[in-house]
Amino acid sequence: MSEKFTVEIISPDKSIIKSDTIEVIIPSFEGEMGILKDHIPLITFLRPGIIEIKDQIERKYFVEDGTVEFSNNNLLILTSTAKEISNIDKKSLSTIIGKVEKKLSEGEITDKERYLLSYKLDTLKNINQ
Amino acid sequence: MPSLDDLKKRIKSVKSTQKITKAMKMVAAAKLRKAQENAEKGRPYSQKMQNIILNLTKSLNDPQNAPKLLVGTGKDKIYLCVVLTADRGLCGGFNSNICKLAKTKFQEILKDGKDLKIITVGSKGLDQIKREYGKFVIKKFSFKEKKQITFKEAEIIGNEIINLFKNNEFDKCILFYNNFKNVITQIPQSQQIIPAETNSINSKNENLFSYEFEPEEDEILEDLLPKNISTQVFKAFLENAASEQGSRMTAMDNATRNAGDLVDKLTINYNRSRQASITKELIEIISGAESL
Repeated sequence: MSEKFTVEIISPDKSIIKSDTIEVIIPSFEGEMGILKDHIPLITFLRPGIIEIKDQIERKYFVEDGTVEFSNNNLLILTSTAKEISNIDKKSLSTIIGKVEKKLSEGEITDKERYLLSYKLDTLKNINQ
Repeated sequence: MPSLDDLKKRIKSVKSTQKITKAMKMVAAAKLRKAQENAEKGRPYSQKMQNIILNLTKSLNDPQNAPKLLVGTGKDKIYLCVVLTADRGLCGGFNSNICKLAKTKFQEILKDGKDLKIITVGSKGLDQIKREYGKFVIKKFSFKEKKQITFKEAEIIGNEIINLFKNNEFDKCILFYNNFKNVITQIPQSQQIIPAETNSINSKNENLFSYEFEPEEDEILEDLLPKNISTQVFKAFLENAASEQGSRMTAMDNATRNAGDLVDKLTINYNRSRQASITKELIEIISGAESL
């Protein structure tokens, strides 16, 4: 029996990827989450982070937010911000990092925003290395 | 009886009109392909989003305390109608079909003694609506200068709707747009987005899962519902864009054909009167020669 399940990432204007995979790691709102075949049905949403899809080749996507549904061995990720990491331009990355840092240093943000922004910053810095 | 010169001029002008409509048809056809592709690509997102919300609603433990965006304010006094139309004309019945549908709904709402508020997107719809319902229009959007409408524009409108809702400006929100079925058929549609219409799809897919939620259901719903509104608006945008081009293409195709018919008719007329004038001249010459 195959150990694979389908993963689909859909953005509002197109379907980004649909493929079979063994394991997917998603940055869910309350922590990273690994998903294997026959996971119980699940609905959650994402914080900024990296989605890793593990198959023969490993694919990584940067996301800022999104919604995840897993049912019937179908992992569905709805997000308007997914970008494949290999496609991200390093130069523009540092400007984005600067912007996020500036936003973080401004006082007028809620705890939730601070939480999301700090994750965004960490992830971006990780990619930038 | 118009003179030969007049006829000649008319034929020429009709021919050049035909050229223009033909070109517009070609342009619309090219744009249509892209718009259609976009609309088809965008469909899964909104559908799946709706599905997730549906599943969430089914497993809500405490429907009384569910987010207002989902269940509504409990009243139904004020209606907000969002009418999506194009910014350009010359696309057949596209704009007037939406407006016609919207106006029937407006009448119904007003007849029931409810309050009406209107948001228009696209200048053509505004032109048609403001004549009769101008005083109800509270906001107007136009993305004329944008070449392609992206999710951002949809979010602007989505946020506007949500803000109005939070300020208790309305109880129900209805979206009007053209659904793209195929190139020839576009169906004007009204869709209620607040409160979310969940009953209609309920019966179709009865695959009840007991989901695991992380964080709690209501927290996910709070996050998802505003997104869903923008998504539905975006879907409407995409469908509208494809419909507009499809509608324009058929309209311009018809116009080109009509112009062709007209040219044929005028040419026959022209030839007839040319023949008539030649015959007349001949008769004059012959009768002149006979009298000598």
